[in-house]
Amino acid sequence: MTQTSTGVDGLTSIPALLNRNASTFAGKAAYREKEFGIWQSWTWAEAEKEIEALALGLLNLGVNEGDFIAVIGRNRPALYWAMVAAQSVGAVPVPLYSDAAAEEMAYVLEHCGARFVIVADQEQVDKVIEVQDQLRQFQHLIYLDARGLRKYDHTTLHQYSNVQDQGRAAYDEFHPELVRRRDALNYDSTCVMLYTSGTTGKPKGVVLSNRNIIETSKNSSEFDDLSAGEDILAYLPMAWVGDFIFSLGQAYWTGFCVNCPESFETMMTDLREIGPTYYFAPPRVFETQLTTVMIRMEDASPMKKRMFDYFMAHAKKVGPDILDGNPVSGFDKLKYALGNLLVYGPLKNTLGFSRVRIGYTAGEAIGPEIFDFYRSLGINLKQLYGQTEASVFITQQPDGQVRSDTVGVPSPGVELKIAENGEVFYRSSGTFVEYYKNAESTADTKDAEGWVATGDAGFIEDGTGHLRIIDRAKDVGKMAGGEMFAPKYVENKLKFYPNILETVVFGAGREYCTAFVNIDLNAVGNWAERNNIAYASYQELAGHPRVLETIQEHVETVNRSVAEDPMLSACQVHRFLVLHKQLDADDGELTRTQKVRRKIIGEKFEDLVNALYDGSQQIYTETEVTYEDGRKGMISATLEIRDAKVVPVTAQKIAAE
Amino acid sequence: MLDQTEGYVTEDGRKIGGVVMEMKNITLRFGGVVAIKDISFDIRQGEIRAIIGPNGAGKSSMLNVISGFYVPQEGQVLFNGKPRPQMRPYEVAQQGIARTFQNIALFEGMSVLDNIMTGRLNKMSSSIFSQAIWRGKAEREEVENREKAERIIDFLEIQHIRKTPVSRLPYGLKKRVELARALVAEPNLLLLDEPMAGMNVEEKEDMSRFILDVNDEFGTTIALIEHDMGVVMDLSDRVVVMDYGKKIGDGTPSEIRNNQAVIDAYLGVAHD
Repeated sequence: MTQTSTGVDGLTSIPALLNRNASTFAGKAAYREKEFGIWQSWTWAEAEKEIEALALGLLNLGVNEGDFIAVIGRNRPALYWAMVAAQSVGAVPVPLYSDAAAEEMAYVLEHCGARFVIVADQEQVDKVIEVQDQLRQFQHLIYLDARGLRKYDHTTLHQYSNVQDQGRAAYDEFHPELVRRRDALNYDSTCVMLYTSGTTGKPKGVVLSNRNIIETSKNSSEFDDLSAGEDILAYLPMAWVGDFIFSLGQAYWTGFCVNCPESFETMMTDLREIGPTYYFAPPRVFETQLTTVMIRMEDASPMKKRMFDYFMAHAKKVGPDILDGNPVSGFDKLKYALGNLLVYGPLKNTLGFSRVRIGYTAGEAIGPEIFDFYRSLGINLKQLYGQTEASVFITQQPDGQVRSDTVGVPSPGVELKIAENGEVFYRSSGTFVEYYKNAESTADTKDAEGWVATGDAGFIEDGTGHLRIIDRAKDVGKMAGGEMFAPKYVENKLKFYPNILETVVFGAGREYCTAFVNIDLNAVGNWAERNNIAYASYQELAGHPRVLETIQEHVETVNRSVAEDPMLSACQVHRFLVLHKQLDADDGELTRTQKVRRKIIGEKFEDLVNALYDGSQQIYTETEVTYEDGRKGMISATLEIRDAKVVPVTAQKIAAE
Repeated sequence: MLDQTEGYVTEDGRKIGGVVMEMKNITLRFGGVVAIKDISFDIRQGEIRAIIGPNGAGKSSMLNVISGFYVPQEGQVLFNGKPRPQMRPYEVAQQGIARTFQNIALFEGMSVLDNIMTGRLNKMSSSIFSQAIWRGKAEREEVENREKAERIIDFLEIQHIRKTPVSRLPYGLKKRVELARALVAEPNLLLLDEPMAGMNVEEKEDMSRFILDVNDEFGTTIALIEHDMGVVMDLSDRVVVMDYGKKIGDGTPSEIRNNQAVIDAYLGVAHD
C-alpha cells in the first residue's frame, strides 16, 4: 500500500484545504442555505471567515487540543463550519444523529467524553440538558437557533453567533494560538470520529484520520471527474460517513458548493430548485420518489398517462444503452429525443434531476426496476459499496459498466480479497485508524496487515471483476435441512414491490422460511383510497383482508422466482404476517440508517415468530412503542397469519429426472 | 400575589405588566337571551389569559366583546386605560388586536403565503397605481411584508406548505396558518378562539408550544378560549371561568383548580 506522509501538495488537513479554497475559489459559492424563502449563500472566503471566528470563539471558551466536540442538528452550513472550526483548534468533531433519543446521545457523548456540544436548536438543547448529569466531562453547550431558549440558564449555554462575536473581539489574543494549532495538524491527526449505528450492540466510534478522508476524497473525486462546478444537496444525516465525505471531504477537495435545504419537509422542493449535479441517496429515497411518480401518474388524464406509458416503455428499451454510449438505431434515438422533450425532461425537472451528472445509491440493494427506471430517463445512477470503516468507498461502478446486481469494481486505492467463507475483505488508504477506546473490536475487524472484514458475504464476478454482495456474512446460515439460508436475498425481492416497505425473513435452523412484512403506507393508502377501502389507522389498513391478499400474491410471485435459483430455493416463504406497526429506529428495530436489526426484531416479536411456526391462524400481541419524544406506549393487535403457496422444489427435481 | 397597579411575576419568572384591556361589568343580550351577565376582569401586558367554561357559557361572545365585534348593552371596555368607542373591524386591527377563529376563516383557494400576506394589508399604504406598475413604494412594501411573513413562516415551521393552497391542508395545519396570519400583523393583543379544538394530542402539543413561544419571543399578550382543561392549566397565567354567562372564578390555574364553584360547574353537584 502506498502511503504518502506529506499529503497532496502539502494539504494535510481540512482546515488547510479550506485555506486553499478561500484563495483559489475566493468568490465562488461554497455554501447555500434556504432561509426565509430565499437561498442565502456564502463564498469560500466568507466561509473561512465564519469558521475562523467560531474557532477563535472556541479557543476563548477554552477548547483544548484533542478535545471532542459533538455536533448535533440537521444539515446546516453553520454546523459544517462547526466541524471545521473544531478541527482548526485541534479538537475532534463528532457529529451525532439529530433524531436520536436523549439516552442514545448520552451513551455517545459519555463514550467520547465531549466537553463541548454544538447543537442546532432548542430540541437538541433539551435533550443534552436532560442527560447532562450522566456526562462527566461535559462543560459547554453552544446553540444555533435562539428560539425558545431565552429563559434557559446561560452559565454554560452559549449562542453560536455570540461565540463568534467573542472570537472576533479576541482576535489579537487568540489568533497566534489558532495558527499554531492549525499548523500542527498533519496527515495522521484525527479528522473526525463517527459512530456507526451498528446492527448489533452499542455504537462504536470510528476514528478517521486526515489521510483517510483526504486520500479518499481525492481518489473518488478523480474517479468521477468531480470539479468545483458541482452542486450537491446536503440532506442526509451529518453523522453518517457518506455525508461527511460528500459534503465535507469532496467539497473541500474539489471546492464545490454544498446546498442545505430549508427544512426536512421542504427537501423535495429544494432539490428541484437547486438541481444538483452530483447526488447521493439511499435506495429508499429513490423508491419513494418512484412510488410518488407512479401514484401521481395514476391520477393524470388518460392522454397524459398513455403518453407516459408509451415513452417510458421506449426509454426502458433504449435509455440505458444511450446512457452507456452503446450503439442504438437512429430512429430509436429520434424517438428518445422526442420522449425527452415530452416526458423525460419534464419528469426529471419535477424530480430535481435535470442537471444530475452522477448519482449514487448505496447502503442497501436497489430493485432492478427502480434502478432501470432512473437510468432509462438518462440519469447516470450508479451503485457503490462502502462502509464507515473505509471512509465510504470500497467498490463503485465506473461509467458504462453499471448494472443493478453488482456494486462495481474496487475504488481507486482499494484492494479486495474474498476469504474462504465468502466474506469480503478490503485494504485502502481510507481504512479507519481504530475504534475509539475499543482495542478489542479494532483487532477483531482489522488485522495486522490492514485488511478489514466487511461482514458481508460476496464474490468477484469472473470476467468483469465486479463485486457482488449476497448478504451479511453472519446472516447467511443454514436451515434445519442443511439448505443455505440468505434472508436478505428474499427480503430484497419482496421489497421491490412498492406496497412493501420493509420485510424480515426468518428461517435459520428452521424447517422452512417465514416473513414479517411492513406495508408502505403511501402506496397502500393510495390504493385503498382508489378502491374505496376505508381505514382509520395504519394498523387497520395493515390488517385489511384485501391488503393481505395483495401481499400474499407478492409473496407467492417471489417464491416462484426464488425457486428458480437452485442454491436458494429453500428460502421460499411458507408463512407470513403483516406487522401492525412500522419498524422504527426509535424502537430499536432499525438502525438510524434504516437497516433492519434482525436479532432485536426476532427477540422483540418472539410471540409472532413462534406463531409463524406453530401453525396457528392468528395471534394476539401487545407491543411497546416509543414516541419521538422518548415516551412509551402500548399497542395491541390480533394478526392474521397466512400460508403462501410454495413451489415444491423436490418435486421439480423428480420431474427433471 | 396580584398587584392591581404594577403587574406581577409569574411562577416561571416572566414579568407581567399593567392592565391592557379591562372589562367592567359587561352585560350582553341577544333579544331576551342574556349571553353575558355583569362580568368584570382584566388582561395584563404580556400574560396568557384563558377564558374557560362549559358549552354555551358565553366564552366566544366574551371574546367578541374583547375584539369589539359585539358591543355590550351594559358596562365598559377600557383599552389602554381609555373607554373604547364602537369600532369597525379594520380599526380594531389597527389598534394592534388580531385573532383566530373557532371555525377556520381562511381564503381556501389562496396559497398559504398569500393568506399570511393578507395579515399585512393594514400596513400597506402605497396607492393602487403604484401597486399596479410595481415600482417604488409598492415594491419596497411588498419586500418588507414578505420578509415579515417569512419570519413567521419560519417561526411556525410551515416552510413546506408555503405555496400550497389552503384547501389542500389538513385541519391542524390550517389552524397554524390562521395563527400565522394573525401574528404577521404584529399584534399587541392576540385573541385565540379554541386554538386546539379538534386536534389530536400531538397537534395540541405543537400548538401549545407555539403559543408559549409567541408569548416569549414577541412578548404578545394572549387571550384564549379553550376546552381542554389540561392545556389551559399548563399554558395560562390566569384563568377566567364562566358558566351560564356569569363569572364563577378568576385566578391562577392552581387557584382555579381548588375553586369549589368551578369544580361544581365542571363536575356537577351532588343533589342529596
